[in-house]
Amino acid sequence: MIISIASGKGGTGKTTVAVNFALSLKNIQLLDCDVEEPNAYLFIKPRIKEELKAYIPVPEVDEAKCNYCGKCREVCAYHAIAVLPGSEGKKGSVLIFPHLCHGCGSCSLLCPQSAIKEVNKEIGVIEIGEKDNIHFVHGCLNIGEAMSPPLTRQVKKYINPTRTVIIDAPPGTSCPVITAVKGSDFCVLVTEPTPFGLNDLILAVEVLRKLQIPFGVVINRSDIGDGKVDSYCEEENIPILMKIPFSREIAVSYSEGMPIVKKDSLYQDKFINMYLNICTIINEANSRH
Amino acid sequence: MKQIVVISGKGGTGKTVLSGSLAALANNKIMVDCDVDAADLHLLLHPTVKERHEFRSGQTAVIDKELCKRCGKCISVCRFGAIKDDFTVERFSCEGCVLCSHICPYGAIHMEENVAGAWFISDTSYGPFIHAKLGIAEENSGKLVAKIRQIAKEIAEKHVFGHIIIDGPPGIGCPVIASLSGVDCALIVTEPTLSGLHDAQRVMEVARHFNIPLKVVVNKYDLNPVITEKIENFCHGQSIPVVGRIPFDETVVKALVERKIIIEYARSPAGKEIRKIWDELRA
Repeated sequence: MIISIASGKGGTGKTTVAVNFALSLKNIQLLDCDVEEPNAYLFIKPRIKEELKAYIPVPEVDEAKCNYCGKCREVCAYHAIAVLPGSEGKKGSVLIFPHLCHGCGSCSLLCPQSAIKEVNKEIGVIEIGEKDNIHFVHGCLNIGEAMSPPLTRQVKKYINPTRTVIIDAPPGTSCPVITAVKGSDFCVLVTEPTPFGLNDLILAVEVLRKLQIPFGVVINRSDIGDGKVDSYCEEENIPILMKIPFSREIAVSYSEGMPIVKKDSLYQDKFINMYLNICTIINEANSRH
Repeated sequence: MKQIVVISGKGGTGKTVLSGSLAALANNKIMVDCDVDAADLHLLLHPTVKERHEFRSGQTAVIDKELCKRCGKCISVCRFGAIKDDFTVERFSCEGCVLCSHICPYGAIHMEENVAGAWFISDTSYGPFIHAKLGIAEENSGKLVAKIRQIAKEIAEKHVFGHIIIDGPPGIGCPVIASLSGVDCALIVTEPTLSGLHDAQRVMEVARHFNIPLKVVVNKYDLNPVITEKIENFCHGQSIPVVGRIPFDETVVKALVERKIIIEYARSPAGKEIRKIWDELRA
């Protein structure tokens, strides 16, 4: 089973929930798919056993074969190629902008001269490790790299279906989030009871409904702010899976990279209950189909 | 004209509260919300929308059932796994590369342009405000950011505004890079947690990579004074000025719930510190 942890708004407690959830259950694989800002390892402190470089394919032109026809420029939907045709006595040239390239392969496949091959460009690293009952994988995007989804997809290739898989997703509602949560059996949306929390929760709910992934909500710092997240969930018939009240103690342990369940074992029971609750919801959804 | 962007790396460190306050404090300015994925600044600024524009960007493959012979060529070339076994296109996976359409022997695939969101020119009691809404599960947020920044710049030049105050997105990827490009100052707001420190360091590297001048604010600094000191030492070592330490202040949540800007609460310790930060920034 794959359970992803997401939120529209950042800083609501995705990593807190993902990490403590992972520590409360058995036979877990934790994937940190917030590859722009991966943080789960700060709390899990896994022993990293493998470090693999992640690449995307980008074009390289063999100028001996190229006749500067411009087909590659014409088919590239991302404007990642410019072709300067040659003039009398002067060779043309092809400019590649690897940061714009999505690695779709159109240019190399469609080049009439077969003058383009693909070479690997490094975009980040994937680290694989272990800690107690947790198999840990995360991706870390290189600085200055704009596109995170290719790295997220590569992290997700390590999903081990024999374990309960927990995915820590990035914030937002666009491609990095979609790439992280796609294929999940369930998604936990973490929010806070403020107008920002509610506004971004509503956006995240729309995303999950479009993707047709069943979901529930965790309200973090549940005793600050107002009650509008509660009433929204009630109106929309969205299950509230857990509430975590604000405590300065929790905030301080978080700041030091200390998971709540290590400080307060009551939280372990809460996370186990949340898991059982999620299993029931998934089963009910499956039996309806 | 000076462009100031507020970014953080980690989400939820106080970008919108800070940028909303700076926007209220600055005279003669325009505000932009570049967190187009999960925009929140409008909740504090209460805009009246004057103009709404569609944002068209990217395209999606569409397969004509009549012409399709189910040869499978498209499935074999698509690197995004966007074409399902029943020869329909999964909208969220298609990256609009057009390869399938080029390669289809029967001309059965055409591309349709995406309406990927909308952007708005609004009035607020603090001044003009440009904001946007990316369509649900859409891509190309970097392009939408670039678009609204361009519009803001045109308006700022026309009216000879002194500042463009930009509320940035979290992370370090494409919308962040689009929010940073060409600004005069990136104000990084972080919090004294290991994650806050780690993420701020990464976003500082991004800003450096693009040669953007940097300043740092530590929010809720008193939650963990030891890590606050670590952040300040790190910044000091990198010659990055720390221009403010905002204390943990319950009025901030109160202000949020009332959808007001924190500096409107005269006695708020956080509000007072933000006024000092603004004095520092405009000096």
